[in-house]
Amino acid sequence: MSTKEKLKVLVVDDEPSILMPLEFLMRKNGYQVYIARNGTEAMESVDKERPDVVLLDIMMPDVDGYEVCRHIRGQENMNGAKVIFMSAKTKDADIKKGYDVGADLYIPKPFSTRFLMEKIKELTQS
Amino acid sequence: MNYWLVIGVSFFYLALLFGLASWAERRSAAGRSFVGNPYIYALSMAVYCTAWTYYGSVGRAATTGLGYLAIYIGPTLMAPLWWVVLRKIIRICKVQRITTIADFISSRYGKNITLGSIVTFICVLGIIPYISIQLKAIASSLDILTGANEVGRSPLFGDTSFFITLGLGLFTIVYGTRHVEATERHEGMVTAIAFESLFKLVIFIVAGVFVTYGVFNGFGDIMQQATQLPDFERLMTFDNDSGFSQWFWMVVLSMLAVLFLPRQFQVAVVENVNEQHLNKAMWLFPLYLFAINIFVLPIAFGGDLLFNGANVDADMFVLAIPLSEGKSILALMVYLGGFSAATSMVIVATIALSVMVSNNLVMPLLVGIPAIKNNYQNQLTKILLFSRRFGILVVLLLAYLYYKGVAEYYSLVEVGLVSFAAVAQFAPAIIGGIFWKEGTKNGALAGIVVGAVVWFYTLVVPSMVGVGMLPGSILENGPLGIAWLKPFELFGLQGMDYISHAMFWSMFLNVGLYIGVSLLSKQTSQERNQAEVFVDIFKYSTVFESSIVWKGTAYIPDIKSLLVNFLGEKKAEVAMKAYKRKYPEPEDESGKADPKLVTYAEKVLSGVIGSSSARIMVSSVVKEEEISIDEVLNILKESQQLISINNELRRKSMELRRATEQLRSANERLKQIDELKDEFLSTVTHELRTPLTSIRALSEILYDNPEMEREDQEHFLQTIVKESERLTRLITHVLDLERFESGKQKLNLAPVQIEEVVRESVQTLEQLVQEKNIDLVVDVQHNLPSINGDRDRLIQVLVNLISNAIKFCNPEQGRIIVSGYYIDGDIKVNVVDNGKGIDPEFHKQIFDKFYQAQNQNIRKPEGSGLGLPISKKIIESHQGHIWVESELGKGAKFSFVLPVKVNVPANV
Repeated sequence: MSTKEKLKVLVVDDEPSILMPLEFLMRKNGYQVYIARNGTEAMESVDKERPDVVLLDIMMPDVDGYEVCRHIRGQENMNGAKVIFMSAKTKDADIKKGYDVGADLYIPKPFSTRFLMEKIKELTQS
Repeated sequence: MNYWLVIGVSFFYLALLFGLASWAERRSAAGRSFVGNPYIYALSMAVYCTAWTYYGSVGRAATTGLGYLAIYIGPTLMAPLWWVVLRKIIRICKVQRITTIADFISSRYGKNITLGSIVTFICVLGIIPYISIQLKAIASSLDILTGANEVGRSPLFGDTSFFITLGLGLFTIVYGTRHVEATERHEGMVTAIAFESLFKLVIFIVAGVFVTYGVFNGFGDIMQQATQLPDFERLMTFDNDSGFSQWFWMVVLSMLAVLFLPRQFQVAVVENVNEQHLNKAMWLFPLYLFAINIFVLPIAFGGDLLFNGANVDADMFVLAIPLSEGKSILALMVYLGGFSAATSMVIVATIALSVMVSNNLVMPLLVGIPAIKNNYQNQLTKILLFSRRFGILVVLLLAYLYYKGVAEYYSLVEVGLVSFAAVAQFAPAIIGGIFWKEGTKNGALAGIVVGAVVWFYTLVVPSMVGVGMLPGSILENGPLGIAWLKPFELFGLQGMDYISHAMFWSMFLNVGLYIGVSLLSKQTSQERNQAEVFVDIFKYSTVFESSIVWKGTAYIPDIKSLLVNFLGEKKAEVAMKAYKRKYPEPEDESGKADPKLVTYAEKVLSGVIGSSSARIMVSSVVKEEEISIDEVLNILKESQQLISINNELRRKSMELRRATEQLRSANERLKQIDELKDEFLSTVTHELRTPLTSIRALSEILYDNPEMEREDQEHFLQTIVKESERLTRLITHVLDLERFESGKQKLNLAPVQIEEVVRESVQTLEQLVQEKNIDLVVDVQHNLPSINGDRDRLIQVLVNLISNAIKFCNPEQGRIIVSGYYIDGDIKVNVVDNGKGIDPEFHKQIFDKFYQAQNQNIRKPEGSGLGLPISKKIIESHQGHIWVESELGKGAKFSFVLPVKVNVPANV
């Protein structure tokens, strides 16, 4: 994969201990990685970088993940972006809400990084 | 004053009463009844105070001194007993639909016709003098006011008082006999009577104030001057030999009269709408008596002083004084007050008497003659009403004649006391009847008849001698010269005044015969039945129909047509509906009536025609069987057992309902606790997921990438360790919290120095503080009193607070102040940071372990933390208090206070 075609992945989570492995993983798979520690940063990054994939936590100190997802889906030029929620919220209602606001996938925490990578690839190849 | 003006005003007043009464009835029909009010009830009982009180008390006080008070002391002493005696009578009358005192007595002793008629006869005989003195008072006051000389006029048509009598009669007929059923209350009448009571009281007090303060200079002045009167000493002392016995008998007499005078029975029992009203009447009525007596003595002495020697009737002082002072308007009002006192008595008494006469004399006569009963059944209601109206006129005319023939020559009180003594003869049979099951009809009959004969002989005969109807020798030598039969010295008893003498002999013989004959004679089964129900009325009142024992065959159509005859179609229908509501069992197919229906119908009829006539009517349409006393007692016993079983059941079901309620609320609480537990669990698992996610991701990466750089590997492993520590901490917190909540957490109490606790906590965190380059200031007062606490737990709290402060203080220029000092018996500790602060909205929630609930998407500022909830538990178990003060952007200040004198049980 050339640098030009590099997939842009935005990882959003307020926990450094989760950001760290994910950042490593994305880089390892040859993606362009952007990091956001809260909802506001995430939306700024979305507007600026227009990532292809967003890995999105839900519970964050200021703006929550659902809001961020709505923001993404509200952008005309972001139609193709894939949004994957990764959340400790595991109730059916929470998951349903995730898909309702436009997620492509909802992965409950804790999850396997192998599974996550598989899914990212599936989503981006189609 | 102009004669016709006064007459006009009198009739205007009657018209006013009429208007008031019909207004009250209209209001009652509209559902806004006045008589639902206990004050109206108490005021209507003040019909006790008649012209006797209004005029007579003053006369009595002026001529014989304090004796007038006795007849107010009696009722006052009696009033507290009303709850026992009067309430029972009220209940009996309501349950059995008894409407007169004659019916009450006849009903108690087996619905005996003879007894009812005799009681009625005595009542009429006894009350007519009483009514006559009201007429006399009206006539005399009219004379005084107009200066005419009424007394000497020829009777009947030349006499105004005759027309006033007729007017009163008409008024009474219109207001007392509108409905045929006597149990139906006369709400209009009661309201009018209550108004009259208020009116006469106010006017009498106004007159009293006028005499005392207008004519004289207050009580002191009158009493001062009165001491100059020749017989002042005599008036103010009870010096004669019979003084004590006279007082005693007067008090007893009035105690009985206030219960058994037909008009008192009417307002207190028949017109009572709510037994609870007695509670108010028990103190209001004596208060009324007190109020109306305040000015009796001043007026009496005032009159004595003003008219010393002049020919003025002492009974009329209250009217004569304003008149002699030239206050004609006041005099007219006083006249009206007296008029109202007199009319209220006349109206109520004649209504009561007319019902008695028609139900106990006329009706039994009518229904006792088969020809009338069979041929005029449809007209019975009309006959009844007519006989009542006629009865009113007859009673009033008799009273008028008595007034003209006898009462004119005696004082108001003298005549009134004769009436009191007459009704007192009913006391043994009534009081005995409601408290003593063994009292029999024969006993009651013997007591009442003999008592009444003695009453007649010792009180009425002498008054007839007094007016010249009988020769004076009877008094002086005894009839036919038999000395021990002298009316004032019967059987040689001397030294008593005539009232005490009459009361002594009549009551002695009455009570003696009642008890003696009762013990010797046998009750019939019906008598026994009524005796049981009367004495134990509070047990039977709810199940009355089933507590009357009746055996026989009756058919529903017969019973219905009987009701229709006396009540009319509409009311009979209503009565049958009421019965079906109470006893909803289906009717017997053969049309046979249930014994309960028979009893019920008899009860309803009693309300219209009196109990003995009702008995006759019912037994005429049914086939009855003899019942023995044993049968009656057995069935009653059964029904009593039934009642107690019922009560037991009701109690049990109440208990059951209460238990169910408790269970329900316990369940509710459990559900709530369950929900909280659920929420806590999901919070905790949620908290577990974050470190687990991190650990798993890091481990997988380490495993999948063995060629990773050493530096990265170390970093990853370090994070794994840190996240594991986080998990451990979380688990410890959860367990801590659980222990505090279940009460298993024990405090190791010992004297603790807060300064030391702070120092140690700060030491623990020193490294972190230095790493983050935070400015930590410790400012704890020296020599603080030690507190009784758990050192390690308190350190845990402070470490938690300080490490939170470290986490959240300004990342560039962190500054934390820990201070401690003594204030108001507490030690207060503050941890202040200069971080971004906490929205006041969250100040309560951050101490709540369920705060970070699932449906909240915004993380709480603390991050994980069960730290604050645990701190709260610890502080609270030291009987302290912890809270936060903060605003967004202005840092946070966490504070707790601990009482110096902590008094915690050692192992809480």
